[in-house]
Amino acid sequence: MSKIEKWLETNTFHYSEFWDILALVREKEKKGLTLSLCIPTLNEEKTIGKEIVIFRSELMERYPLFDEIAVIDSGSTDQTREVAKSFGADVYLASDILPEEGDKRGKGENLWKAIHQLRGDIICYVDADIKNIHPRFAYGLIAPLIYNDTIQYVKAFYDRPLAFSQGIRPSGGGRVTEILVRPLFSLFFPELTALIQPLSGEYAVRREVLEKVPFPIGYGVETSHILDVYNEYGLDAFGQTDLDQRVHRNQTTLALGKMSFGILQTFLRRMHAFGMFDKLPELETVYRQFQVQESRYEQVTFDIVEEERRPMIEVPAYREKFYGKK
Amino acid sequence: MPKKNQDILNLIPDPSQIESLKEVILANAVMCGEIPSPTFEEGQRLVFMRDRFTEAGMEHVSVDEKDNVAAILPGSSGERRILLSANLDTIHYAGADHAMTLGPDSITGRGICENSLGLGVLSSLPFVLERLGVQLKSDLLLVGTSQSIGVGNLGGIRFFLDNYPNEIDFGICLRAAQLGRLSYASLGMLRGEVQIEVPETYDWKRLPEGSAIIILNRLITQLQAIPLPSNPVTTINLGSVFAGNTFGMAAPTASLRFEVRSEEEDRTEWIEDQIQEIVEELAAENEVKVSLKVVARRNRGGISFSHPLVKTTRTVIESLGVRQIIAPSTGELCALIDKEIPAVTVGLTQGEHLHDRNETIKISPIYQGVAQLIGLLRAIDGGFCDE
Repeated sequence: MSKIEKWLETNTFHYSEFWDILALVREKEKKGLTLSLCIPTLNEEKTIGKEIVIFRSELMERYPLFDEIAVIDSGSTDQTREVAKSFGADVYLASDILPEEGDKRGKGENLWKAIHQLRGDIICYVDADIKNIHPRFAYGLIAPLIYNDTIQYVKAFYDRPLAFSQGIRPSGGGRVTEILVRPLFSLFFPELTALIQPLSGEYAVRREVLEKVPFPIGYGVETSHILDVYNEYGLDAFGQTDLDQRVHRNQTTLALGKMSFGILQTFLRRMHAFGMFDKLPELETVYRQFQVQESRYEQVTFDIVEEERRPMIEVPAYREKFYGKK
Repeated sequence: MPKKNQDILNLIPDPSQIESLKEVILANAVMCGEIPSPTFEEGQRLVFMRDRFTEAGMEHVSVDEKDNVAAILPGSSGERRILLSANLDTIHYAGADHAMTLGPDSITGRGICENSLGLGVLSSLPFVLERLGVQLKSDLLLVGTSQSIGVGNLGGIRFFLDNYPNEIDFGICLRAAQLGRLSYASLGMLRGEVQIEVPETYDWKRLPEGSAIIILNRLITQLQAIPLPSNPVTTINLGSVFAGNTFGMAAPTASLRFEVRSEEEDRTEWIEDQIQEIVEELAAENEVKVSLKVVARRNRGGISFSHPLVKTTRTVIESLGVRQIIAPSTGELCALIDKEIPAVTVGLTQGEHLHDRNETIKISPIYQGVAQLIGLLRAIDGGFCDE
């Protein structure tokens, strides 16, 4: 069994494994952990109320899993902060946190400032635009960190369509993951292709990791986290949880282009920081995608060798035919 | 104010106490409401309710063969048994978007009014009573009922009442809207569908007579000619029509759904006979197939305006400072009335756009609505509603 296969076996979860929230609360208390839920927002008045109500009811009132639920807002011009506050969330304006560090605009800024503002030993980040919000979006990510001390960083992935006619089906991430990030990982960090959706906006991380990594404030934050945590701790520090379906706004291709540009900047900056520009590794030719058989995730590998032909002008027969000389 | 009324008012908790528990009530209403639950397909929603009842530590949590979900919150002595019900089913098809949106003081989404809030309150009740420190002597029998609306014809609650082995002393049916509503009687009611089919062998040169829509038009004209007394109030509501397929073809089929309501004993049966005669006459005259199918019936009945349960409920509603809306019911209350169980239907908040995709309820009145419910439960428990 390869390292990736072993990791998929031991560090990939389905949220339903953690249905017993009471047991989770007991384990959290036994380990003396404090947990924070952070929702970064910018103009999310339509979805934020429901998220707060459901998380507060299910994971604070009924089961005291989280010690705080906080909204870190980038300066919404709609009712986001008012709605969140009315349903009992702790609401902070990102610009009010660490004002001496300045104010930058972007999701990564909110995530970074949350580390200073919130008190949890583990912070769980959940996006605010999830239409089908459910407690699993938080407890499914927190649980592997509570039960397994070696895991530092748990990513969400979304899968399991309601109906699929054949035994094996393809799986994977969104368009930017499959077109940009997975090919880059396959080339330079093959082990990281084990992450099914490296760009998902929901993840839970231990404070001691969060406080040591830099935060791009824009599109590259997830990519940079993964590369930095991998560089420091290796693949075993990661976990990933299948949270079933996520319903959210679809982005236009143009928006995904901007996102890809930001991610690529981050990726290349990391390669530079890791000293990989001067000594590029032997380029991998194995490309890795995913499929699911029953509930097992398997990598599918393709050997893609991009052979090249020289310019036609260098071929003697061509030169003789068109230019009369060898 | 008579001392008895003051004693009843003392049983109503301060709505601000309910507000402090709003997350649980709203989350239950929203999570339940986002599970599609068309009539006869209530399975997923009842699992949610069953799990809530189980997690609340209720006793005898059960799902019966009609897909009702029920559980008992035992009282200290069990000297009375009070049934609380809310229907599980909605008119919305399973594939429709059931996502809810919460605003600062509103929830919008399919079925929140009819009747996810009722279910949310029902499933939150054990938690709310515990947090308020309310311990009743009576047993509470909480029931999420299936097959209530439309062609379900109250199938769920009727089955439950037919087969529940113990006596039920009082019933309270929960509806989201409107706060101030009080129903204690049921109207005579009949819901039916008339189907018109033009045979394939019809002589189409006889257009436009060959169109089922023309026959439907004649049917509607004749229904409107049925004499209806204005007192006792009797109405025929033409609810919906479906007919034809396209521009260039005569409609081969048409149907009409209607509802007859009457405050008069036996009036609905008389109107049913009239409609049956019209249907037979149309079929014979036009050489087409016309049929009447009755999909739901309710008997007229109920407790009197002076019944202590009605008086107590009125006292409680008056204390909310909202307008009383006294109206007969065609819902689950009818099944309780048929079993001669003193029962009322109450509303929990203000709602609008009922049965539409943007059904909306107000959040802040819910605190009064739930306070009203708890006051009423405590009054029943204290014997204020005994005859």
